[in-house]
Formats: sequence, C-alpha cells, structure tokens
Amino acid sequence: MHDTSVQAAHHAPPTSFIRKHIFSQDHKVIGKQYYALALFAAIVGMFLSWLMRIHLAWNNAAIPGLQLLSSSGAPGGVMTPEYYLQLMTMHGTIMVFFVLTTAPFAAFGNFFLPIQVGAEDMPFPRFNMMSFWVTFVAFLVLMASFFVGDGPTLGGWTQYAPLNSIGAVGGPGQGTGVVLWAISIALFCVGQLLGSLNFIPTTLDLRVKGMSLMRLPLSAWAWFITSCMGLTAFAVLMPACILVILDHVAGTSFFVASNLVLNDQVLPHSGGSTLLWQHLFWFFGHPEVYIAIVPGIGIVSHVLITNMRRPMLSARVLIYSMGALAVLSYMVYGHHMFVSGMNPFSSLAFSFPTLVITIPSTVVVLIWTFSLYGSKLRINSASLFALGFISMFVSGGVSGFFLAQPSIDIMLHATYFVVGHFHLVMGVAAMFGIFAGTYFWFPKMAGRMMNETLGKLHFWLSFVGAYCIFMPFHYLGMAGNIRRYSTFTDDFLQPLIPVHRFITVAALITGAAQLVFLYNLIHSRYWGKPAPDNPWEATSLEWSTATPPPFDNFGGKHPVVYHDPYQYGVESSVGDYLMQTSPEQVKTEHDEK
Amino acid sequence: MAKLFSITIVLIAIFSAIPILRHTWVAPEDISTHGALIDEQMSETMAEAGISFLAAQFILALFIWKFSNRGPDAKIKSFPGGAKGLVIAALLVVGVEVMALGVFGVKAWANVYLDAPSANAMPIQVQAGQFAFYFRYPGPDGKFGGLRPELINEGSQNIFGLDPEHDVDARDDIVAAEMAIPVNKEVHLLMHAKDVGHSFFVRELRVQQDFVPGLDVSLHFTATKVGKYEIVCTQLCGLGHYNMKAYLEVMSQQDFDNWLKQQAGQ
Repeated sequence: MHDTSVQAAHHAPPTSFIRKHIFSQDHKVIGKQYYALALFAAIVGMFLSWLMRIHLAWNNAAIPGLQLLSSSGAPGGVMTPEYYLQLMTMHGTIMVFFVLTTAPFAAFGNFFLPIQVGAEDMPFPRFNMMSFWVTFVAFLVLMASFFVGDGPTLGGWTQYAPLNSIGAVGGPGQGTGVVLWAISIALFCVGQLLGSLNFIPTTLDLRVKGMSLMRLPLSAWAWFITSCMGLTAFAVLMPACILVILDHVAGTSFFVASNLVLNDQVLPHSGGSTLLWQHLFWFFGHPEVYIAIVPGIGIVSHVLITNMRRPMLSARVLIYSMGALAVLSYMVYGHHMFVSGMNPFSSLAFSFPTLVITIPSTVVVLIWTFSLYGSKLRINSASLFALGFISMFVSGGVSGFFLAQPSIDIMLHATYFVVGHFHLVMGVAAMFGIFAGTYFWFPKMAGRMMNETLGKLHFWLSFVGAYCIFMPFHYLGMAGNIRRYSTFTDDFLQPLIPVHRFITVAALITGAAQLVFLYNLIHSRYWGKPAPDNPWEATSLEWSTATPPPFDNFGGKHPVVYHDPYQYGVESSVGDYLMQTSPEQVKTEHDEK
Repeated sequence: MAKLFSITIVLIAIFSAIPILRHTWVAPEDISTHGALIDEQMSETMAEAGISFLAAQFILALFIWKFSNRGPDAKIKSFPGGAKGLVIAALLVVGVEVMALGVFGVKAWANVYLDAPSANAMPIQVQAGQFAFYFRYPGPDGKFGGLRPELINEGSQNIFGLDPEHDVDARDDIVAAEMAIPVNKEVHLLMHAKDVGHSFFVRELRVQQDFVPGLDVSLHFTATKVGKYEIVCTQLCGLGHYNMKAYLEVMSQQDFDNWLKQQAGQ
C-alpha cells in the first residue's frame, strides 16, 4: 500500500485516436472493450440458443435464412441433428468463456478495480492491453470455425477426449473445427492469465494510503479472489488445449488410448488417457463456475449495500466465504466425473467437499438476506437485478444438493436437470450480476444515466422469463430427459415435448426482452441524462472522482482513505453516509470493529 | 415495486413446487434391486432442498416487503444475533443436513459400485461404438474369446474383432444388437468403447455409466420386472449421437434361454 504518484510514470495520456480508443493501455478503455466484446458475444450466444430452442420444440420447422449460415447443416433452413450439436457447442463455449468470464471479471474488474483501490492504472498496462486483444483474437478464431470446411466442432464445450483428439475421422468439425476451438481457448487462457497477473498486484501493491485489505469494497475482493482462481485454473486449461492441438497436428496421443477403431481401421494413436483430459478440463472447469459467479457475488454485494443504506451484517464473513468457495472449487471438480469410470471411492472423496461447499454458499445468502432486515432498501434497476441474483442463486444452488451425491447423479447426470442447475447458477444469476453492475456503474462509465423505466421493464421480463425457461429444465431432467439430443421423438420422451415448447416460447420472449436492455444501453450512452459524480450516494472511491473518471482516475489528486467502504446509516455532512475519503474524523462503530 | 417483487418471488416458489408435490414429472418406474435406495435418497434430498428453497425465497420476499423504501426517519436495525449467529446456523443446520445426505447416500452408491458382483452373476460384454451398442454373451462354454481390434469389420459382421479360427473360446460367443437378460438374475456388464467415449443409461434400471476408451469398466445390477426398456448413450460421441440407442429386454429365464438359442443359431 503506498501513494500512487509513482504510477503516473507507467504511461502518459495517449494523443492519437488509435492509442486512445483501440490499442489503449488505459484500464478504463480496456474495461469498456471487454464489455463490448462480451455484449457482442452474448448476442451471438443468445441467437444460437434461440435457433436450438426452436429446433427442439419444432424439429422439422424451417428457420428462414438458416441455410445461409450453413447449407449442409440446415438444408432449406431445417436444422440437422449434427448442426444442432455444433450450435450447442458454440453456444456453450461463447457464453462460458466470452460472456460469463469476460463481462463480470475482465470488463468491470478492469474498469473499477484500480479506481476502487485508488490507483491510477494497473501495474502492467501493456500486458493489460494485450490481454484484451489476445481475447479478441481468441473470439475471432472461434467464430472462424463457422466458416471452415465442415464447420465448428460438435463435441460440446467440454470437448471430451478422445473425440477431441482423433481428427476429422471423428465426424463434422472434428478436424479443423477442434483445432480452431483449442487455439481459441488456449489464446483465451493467455488473455485471462495476463489479466490476472495485473489484477493481483493492483490489489496487493497499488492501494492508496489508508486502504487496508479489509477496507477494500466487496467487489474488489471478488475480483482479487477471481484473479487468483484465474491464474491457477487457466494455467491448467491452456496446456491441456495445446496437447489437443498436438494430438491433431503432430500425431501425439496424449488423450487417445491404444487400439481404438473407427471405420474398421485401428487409429494410429497409442498410450494416451481419456480420463486425463477430464481431470485437466474439470480442474479448470469447476473453478470456472466460480470465476463466473464470484465477481457477481462481489458486484451484487456492492450494489445491495449501497441500496440498503446500511453495512452488510459482516463484510468480513462474506469475504471469507468467497475465499472458501474459491478454495473448495478446486477440491470438488471430480463431481463432474461420478459416472466417468473413475475409481468409485474417488467419487465419495469428491462428493463430501461438494456438499461442504453448500456451507459458504449458504452463509453468503444468509448474510445478504438478513442484511435486508432493518434496512432502508431502495428499489431501482440495479437493486432489482441484485435481488433477482439472490433468488436465482438460491434456486440454482439447491439443485446442487442433488448433483453432489454420486448415488443421485446416476439418475440425473447428462439430463436437463444439470442444464437447469448450471444455467440458473452460472448463467442467469451471473447475467443478473452483470446487469446489476451495468445499471449501477453505467453512469460512472458513460457519464450518463440509464433509463430506469426501461431498466425495470427489462428486469421483469428477464426475471419471470428466466424462471419459466430454467425451472422446467429440472422437471425434464427428473423425468429422464437426457441433454445433447436434438429430437425427442421416441415414445418415452414424446410427452415432454409440450414442456419444451413452453420453454422455447419463454426463451423467445425473454431473449426479445434483452433488446430493451440493448436499446436502453445504446440510447442512454448518447442521449441519456448527464450523470452526477455520485448518483447513488455511494461511498467507495469510484464515486469520489469525476464522472466519467479522468485519464489518471483522480485528476492528479491522490485519495486518502479514512473509512471502511460501506459507512451507511450514519449521520454526516453529506447525508446518511460517509465516503471512504471523507476527511471527517468520525470514528464509526463499524470502523472500530 | 418492492411488494410486487415479493409477491412474484412467492408465486414463483409456489408454482415451482407444485409439479414436484403433485409428482407431475417423475422418474420412470424402478425395475432394479438397487434402485429403491437411490429413489429414497432422491426423495429425501428433494424434501431438504425443497424446504431450503421455499424458506429462502419466502424470507427474502418478507424482508423486501417490510424493509424497502422506508422513509428517511426510519431506523436502521440489525438482525438479532448478527452474522455470528447466521454462520453458526449455517454450519449446524446446513452442515448437518448435507453431511447426513452424504453419509446416507454412500449406501446407495455402494450398492451399485462398491460391492463386487456375485460369483454367479451373468457376464455380458457391451461394446459401444459410433453409433451403436453391441452385446456379447459367452455361449455354452461360459468363456469369452479374446478381442483383436485389427479384426473388427462391421461389413463382415465381426463387430468385436473375434478370431474364431484360432481362438476356441470365441467360437460359441453370441453377439447381438439387442440386450436381453433374465429377470431377477444378477448381470455383470463388462463394458468397453471401440472408438470414443459413450455412456450406458437405462432410466428404469437406475444405471448410468460411461464407457472409457482404453479402459474396461464393470457394472452389475439385477432387473426385477419383465419388459422392454430403452438404452441411450448420454456421452456426446459424434454426429450420430442422437441416434445411438438400443433396447434392453428383460425376460423370464425360459424366454431368455430360447432367445439365446435363437441368437446362437443366427
């Protein structure tokens, strides 16, 4: 922790358009670039989910124009089953990596972490710029697979071995499609590693005077914990992807066992391990769930406290809980592999930590909920999405009870129950965290207010719509409806088709509701009401600087922090709150703790 | 707006619980000796998860209803007991609850995976490949012939890569595209994948197990009801994954013996 004046030497304000807006080293511009990328990726990902849902509900329906995307995958606009799998793979990959990781962590974290700690920028601005552009290239590489040979890979976002390693003999997209997927994800990992390498020293070394670790806002804590997870999780996935590429282009056999036979030919591979991929992938994959959700927990806490006008019951316990979630997230990865052929005793070893993870999750929810008690909650678009996040986090979280137990996983594994569970927790809840952050921080990022009426309309359509889509998934799963199938025409699943149709209609309406958000975002960006410096009467450092913040964040004045981040419900000269920088020497009850 | 939010959460919670309470969509009938324990575990988990879900949503709704948009003169209050009480409650209530589920769930898991198959369990070898299951019975000699992957030739119906010319044990092996088993007889599945990862899922049997290329995987169960049931692949295995299905026929012992003879004659 030191005075930030030394940081100005890192880079001078840019003068050219390219340096200012494109290859910018300013963390705020990079944050906006990440947000724009995530927004575009979300539009693509959601569009793909629409196509998939329409096909699931009405198998033989022609979707006008779909043949233009792939004449072989959708002749006459009617999707083939294998094209469904390709779209499903791309939907999952885009949403998990380029939306749920990028927006809450890389976008908001880049913009606000340095400001919240009082720094002028991150310690390695050039790395930071590279982290975005590498991620951008990763996205382009992934999108390119739509336009090569037989299209994108159809192996799912998990890309299980050895299908991911045997090459074009594996079917459509398993040649170039897989190579592009693996290159894209390896590049994405590089981008996130560069980002994490910036986030960690920003938090540890660039805090201004008075900003102790326990005075960091909860959002800053969440980004710090997430960057620690990113550093370790992406460092495992990246080499795993490189091994996949080597299996393809160099004839190695890391993930292909001996004596496998395809098309009556013994494959020219030997000695690899199928389960090795699953171990490597899920050692990344489960922490990834928390990489998507922990920033949401931090953002929602930050937004809620501001709108509750009182401190959290215990911010410290909330921080410890986020830390516990991060540590446990590695210890539980094997619960994805209960029926994988792993030693059955290992399944029990992975089951117990998975059940234990319920405890910090419950603590987080209890602290949020019981902090509402006796508060003066303000209802606005940001707080509505934050409250919606809690509801979704609970709904998706309780279904984790089931999947944590190997005996029940026998019945629910690879069914729509799993799809419902992870979509509620790391899909919808994480998206609600992004929306809460957007409505809350937009004034600071853009210098203008968003339209509240449109924000509330967006919330109601999204909240009710998301429940209509994802709650029925659980029922489908319990009835035995397996996932990754594009048709349910056999006798057993026929009765479930009306449920799929209901979900599809809900998905179309909920998806259309996102256009309200998009309109509000774009319209407010240019024509919204000018935002004051602190429209929400908040306390943390980002609200103590100009709107939008100047290049060096604080206009050459280096803030000094005197208070904990959430001093609400106190009497002060500015109202019922004290800014962290407030020079008033008021020792509050919370400070003394 | 806050009150509307509270009402909405309560309605969503109630509407979500109704299909569960009314058993609108439930798992298919259990036809295995081990399935009752799994179903019981499922019901107990549903009860605990359901109560947690409803309680959390209702309390959230209540607090939002009571404490939103209060006037500037309203006093801030803290929940009695504060965070310490909540952490202790979470550790005790949730910790004990989920740990109890875990401990009792071990029994159901052990029934499927930790107990070895009995010595007189009927062995059946299952081979999964893009995009079909094939089943092999050892024939009258009770022995399986060895496998030679280089001999696999679907065109000449040598699905498993057997070498009956040189391998005596392979000569009476019976290969079928459908799986038949006698009712109330323990079956020991010996599973292997020919090419990529697949999975064996029979909902009614409460059995799901991945095929792992390069590994021999074993599974045992006893079916208790005669009938025809769907076997599906749940592991994404390529373009024809959606089409990878087979059927399991559970028969009386006599019908099974006749079926086996018929298969041997083909």
